[in-house]
Amino acid sequence: MLKDITLGQYFPGNSLIHRLDPRSKILAVLIYIVALFLAKNALSYALLAAALLVCVAISRVKPAALFKGLKPLLFIVVFTALLNLFYIRTGEVLFSWWKLVITVDGVQTAIFMVLRIVLLVSSTFMLTYTTAPMALTDGLESLLSPLKAFHAPVHEFAMMMSIAMRFIPTLVEEADKIMNAQKARGADFENGRLTERAKALLPLLIPLFVSAFRRADELAVAMESRCYHGGEGRTRLKQLKMAACDWLFLLLSSALVVGVILLKRVTL
Amino acid sequence: MPTIKTQALTHIYSSGTPFKSVAISNVNVEIAQGEFVGLIGHTGSGKSTFVQHLNGLLEPSSGSVLLDGVDINSSKRLKAQARFSVGLVFQYPEYQLFEETVYKDIAFGPKNMKLGKQEIDERVREAAGFVGLPESVFERSPLELSGGQKRRVAIAGVIAMRPSVLVLDEPTAGLDPDGCRSILKNITDYRDATGATIILVSHSMEDVARIADRLIVFHGGSVAMDGTPGEVFSRTEELGRIGLGIPLATELALRLRELGTQVPASCYTVSQLYDAIISLRGGASC
Repeated sequence: MLKDITLGQYFPGNSLIHRLDPRSKILAVLIYIVALFLAKNALSYALLAAALLVCVAISRVKPAALFKGLKPLLFIVVFTALLNLFYIRTGEVLFSWWKLVITVDGVQTAIFMVLRIVLLVSSTFMLTYTTAPMALTDGLESLLSPLKAFHAPVHEFAMMMSIAMRFIPTLVEEADKIMNAQKARGADFENGRLTERAKALLPLLIPLFVSAFRRADELAVAMESRCYHGGEGRTRLKQLKMAACDWLFLLLSSALVVGVILLKRVTL
Repeated sequence: MPTIKTQALTHIYSSGTPFKSVAISNVNVEIAQGEFVGLIGHTGSGKSTFVQHLNGLLEPSSGSVLLDGVDINSSKRLKAQARFSVGLVFQYPEYQLFEETVYKDIAFGPKNMKLGKQEIDERVREAAGFVGLPESVFERSPLELSGGQKRRVAIAGVIAMRPSVLVLDEPTAGLDPDGCRSILKNITDYRDATGATIILVSHSMEDVARIADRLIVFHGGSVAMDGTPGEVFSRTEELGRIGLGIPLATELALRLRELGTQVPASCYTVSQLYDAIISLRGGASC
């Protein structure tokens, strides 16, 4: 049950997308999101969807993996669609019954909103699917490094993030084990009212926290015994390097924004 | 009728995905009431998967698990019952302690059985007695005890449900020799006092050889050998091929046989070997 979490999962590969510098991928996703929020008509959505599909095709990430990641969002997507469908009352009326009115504008906005959420989430998933967690945090650290001038603990932040990511699977496995052990003593995690179920989680959460703290302590000792003392003067085994295709990738992403702005003037 | 019987038990993890792996396949085992069974095998041999079927934590992909002749997966009620009648102590059970006091932690299982207060109290005291926990620790937090004590609390937590079958997964892992010995003694004491069936999962041949009356060897997800310790340990070559060792006493006996002495190869404890050597010398003690 717990093992089905896809959060932050990485699918190893050697495609062009996989080999891009993490920084250019992070920036490209940000640019893509900006473009998404600027998109206002069908053509621009089509352009953005096509761009993402091309990336998916190049990276050879299975579309099924993307759908699996979207599954938990189903409720939000449906909810947004319904809200937009019934609350927008401008435009030609398509259907009306009692207090419910569906208009052309409503349908259009609902579709756009759903597309926006799906594309937004899929694009960020593409980032984590094609970038190893460590590369991701390295990229983030490098991108945020200008903040060091303001004494922001950028390196510590990045280190915390990589440790957190590293320990997600470990903690999931541990939670699974503890759950089984408590079930063997008759604990019931599945039945009962909400309050009962929340209470039933205590025998899981307490040992999990205890062991997380123990692990943190051990990790700190292990890091210190290997002379870790923060980011100052630390060099890297793998230096990040922007190559020509990284700049090209960023250029193409920026072109998307320009494209979307130009398409605003086009009406179908 | 055997207490536990598995029929063609098979379990496949992540079935239907690219990650699918067959953990155990076609396991047929019968365990009688009161038997002391040692379950040995390498990591990944399927022994842990097997024991998690015995109390219904895992559902078989195919095949069935019968407890006193009834399939435990046939109804929800039977499955809940199996949780209590087959007590399962996991590896490193001390990591599952969560209550504020030792007493409350041991009482967790009986409480889930919806027993009365008096009955719970009786069982907690009895279980603590079995594992040698003094009453003075009852009101302490289980988290501030020593490693060995924590493990005792965790085992007591399962014993307090008075299971008719007690399954322990590597109960001595990570303990010092003294701790090992006394935990194993607690387990045999429990069996002697209650007549419960014990299934001990271990990879330590010495421990298992000394106290189990039957050994089941798992290899590659199925039962490779099943018999008395003497029978199993006399198949040295096969054990070696599986990658399992034999007790030191057996190894010594085999070496002595190579040298031409008539020591029986089925010796697996030091005292058996001692007796065999003494009797070879015509019963005269030195």
